[in-house]
Amino acid sequence: MTIFFAILFSVSTLVFAAGLAMKIAQYARTPAPLKIPTTPAPLTKGGVALRLGREALLFESLFRGNKPLWLFAFVFHLGLAVVLIRHARYFETQVGPLVALVQPLAQPAGLAMVAGLALLLVRRLVVERVRYVTGPSDILMLVLLLGIGVSGMLMKCVVHTDIVAVKAFFTGLMGFELRPLPADPLLGLHLLLVCLLMIIFPFSKLLHAPGLFFSPTRNQTDNPREVRHLAPWAARLEEKG
Amino acid sequence: MAAAPFDIPALGDPAEHPIPALKPGAMAASKPYVAAEAHQQPLGFPGELTEGWEKRAVEHMGSLVSKYRSLQVYMDICVKCGACTDKCHYFLGTHDPKNMPVARADLFRSVYRRYFTPAGKIAPGLVGARDMTKDVLDEWFNYFHQCSQCRRCSVFCPYGIDTAEISMAARDIMDSIGQGQKYCNEIIGKVHKIGNNLGLPAPALLDTLEGLEEDMLDDTGVAVKMPIDVEGAEVLLVTPSADFFAEPHVLGLMGYAKVFHAAGVSWTLSTKASEAGNFGMFIGNYDQMKKISMRIREAAQELGVKRIIFGECGHAWRVAYSFLNTLAGPWDFLDPRYPVPQHILEFTNDLIERKGIKLDKSGNDGMVLTVHDSCNVARGARMGDRPGGQFTIPRAVIQASVPKFVDMHPDTICDKTFCCGGGGGLLTDELMELRVKGASPRMEALKDVVDKQGVTHMAAMCAICKAQFTKILPYYDFDREMVVSVHQLVSNAIILGDND
Repeated sequence: MTIFFAILFSVSTLVFAAGLAMKIAQYARTPAPLKIPTTPAPLTKGGVALRLGREALLFESLFRGNKPLWLFAFVFHLGLAVVLIRHARYFETQVGPLVALVQPLAQPAGLAMVAGLALLLVRRLVVERVRYVTGPSDILMLVLLLGIGVSGMLMKCVVHTDIVAVKAFFTGLMGFELRPLPADPLLGLHLLLVCLLMIIFPFSKLLHAPGLFFSPTRNQTDNPREVRHLAPWAARLEEKG
Repeated sequence: MAAAPFDIPALGDPAEHPIPALKPGAMAASKPYVAAEAHQQPLGFPGELTEGWEKRAVEHMGSLVSKYRSLQVYMDICVKCGACTDKCHYFLGTHDPKNMPVARADLFRSVYRRYFTPAGKIAPGLVGARDMTKDVLDEWFNYFHQCSQCRRCSVFCPYGIDTAEISMAARDIMDSIGQGQKYCNEIIGKVHKIGNNLGLPAPALLDTLEGLEEDMLDDTGVAVKMPIDVEGAEVLLVTPSADFFAEPHVLGLMGYAKVFHAAGVSWTLSTKASEAGNFGMFIGNYDQMKKISMRIREAAQELGVKRIIFGECGHAWRVAYSFLNTLAGPWDFLDPRYPVPQHILEFTNDLIERKGIKLDKSGNDGMVLTVHDSCNVARGARMGDRPGGQFTIPRAVIQASVPKFVDMHPDTICDKTFCCGGGGGLLTDELMELRVKGASPRMEALKDVVDKQGVTHMAAMCAICKAQFTKILPYYDFDREMVVSVHQLVSNAIILGDND
């Protein structure tokens, strides 16, 4: 189990990091030939940063669009964020201040994450028009995240695992040193699902996380009359006349 | 109004509009006429579908995805959350689930997935990936011509996914393989050949303008001019050709003329740029958009004007405000003290604020106005120097011209405005059912203020909105003359002095 997870974790981390980097590079490289911010849009770069910040942290447009969905999604993402920060302690020898700060929130955050996901899944199955646009992959993605959340919560609250050994495994892995992972089936399931998630991330709709920042309707300044905006391929058309 | 061969949606209360139950396939038969070879070839598109079109469609898709960041990102990042599902006026009016923005975009996304993503190549069923087939193409043709590219979905999407970008790309692909839409492509052909969308030749324009000058002289006793092709004029006015043609458009045109007259600013129209509309945007074709825009640059240079002002037209203003600098700039030969281009409402509002013109509201006595925010103005362009100027400036001009103004329900105005139902190249008779049903959210909000606040007229600032509403209002038992140009109101209210 130790060797299996050592390999799986190395591979999935590599796929996740390289895949995501390639996707981000692709988004950054692809030109935006026309100014298309959804107006009213900010006139300055600072304004755009604020707009994107509000979208990323508060889900502003979703709040305007659908309040129940906003609540479910917000609860899930907030829980996930706290849980992720807290998991940093398995990778750092010295527990950082941020991790220490969120430490007491770990349990409610895990519950929030699972509850948010469950509500999103129920909504997907119950609301007719959302069910219409739902594909198998949309369901599987929620089930996968739920599996990660539930197995994690079970280890946190019910069947405790040897987290000192888990931490030793990961800190060892980062120094290319193999230390034994506890042979705990719940832990195995949890880690397996996490690896799966990391592998599918760069090939799935989970790309919405980096993609938001590349969305031209949200990240462009509204200054087309003041500044001429010309993509490289459009500029080449111009040279040809 | 003769009975329509389809059901006209019942109008409820816009405050508690229920989300309709899905009626799959309700609009599966709705489609515009396919462009014939005669409409395709002048634009450089193949005349018809020929052997191997599937492959060429996929290749063109790949090219667009690599040239448009919007398309690339929007293909990847939709999470199918459904926040857009109840936002499209065509879904609300027709109940066809493929008119939900996410479902419409998925018609395109399914093909993108199949050919351009590992998941779609390995496990197409899992991620809803489809081969490019004739059935898929037919679905594209029907449903991408049931999108008016109004961008209302983009407002509410957590990632700003803009279905307009996707429907433009789909139409560009269809044009590139020989399956164009007749209405748009025929009109673009007319712009290239005759100079404007309506195909009005120069002598007809001159005749119309002379007639309007006579009307204004009769009405006001003042010789308001409608100059065309005047070299050395200060302002080139570029306005939709509908303004030369029918009511209420021409009433707005006379309003512009009166404003220029009262302000003492020399201006001219141009036979070369006798059209503000740019249907190149509707078909998502950069080359066409650029070519149509270049006429305006050439006209401005030939006439030696200092400023360019656009008349009341929604998508024309989006192309002008957002794209003209890119497509036909730089505009360094114009007077740098003014933005290029300006909207006629910016010009008029500035004059009102500076007391450069005087308005007498009694010219519109008895009228209670509301305003329809045109989608391309509301969500794709701006006026003035502040975000949201496109909402405040038209309202300020209307309020200065009329005795009473009320806004419609807040969920249906400003950036939440509902499309008139005829934008995006859908203003064609064979799509009448779609147009009538797509107009229903706007009609519902209008009925609400008519019933509760005594509204008598609705001002619009877009030629397509005006043309659509004059046709659609009778289906909902409203008078077609309820829709007015903003500058028609100015025209009725303006006090004309003698500038000579």
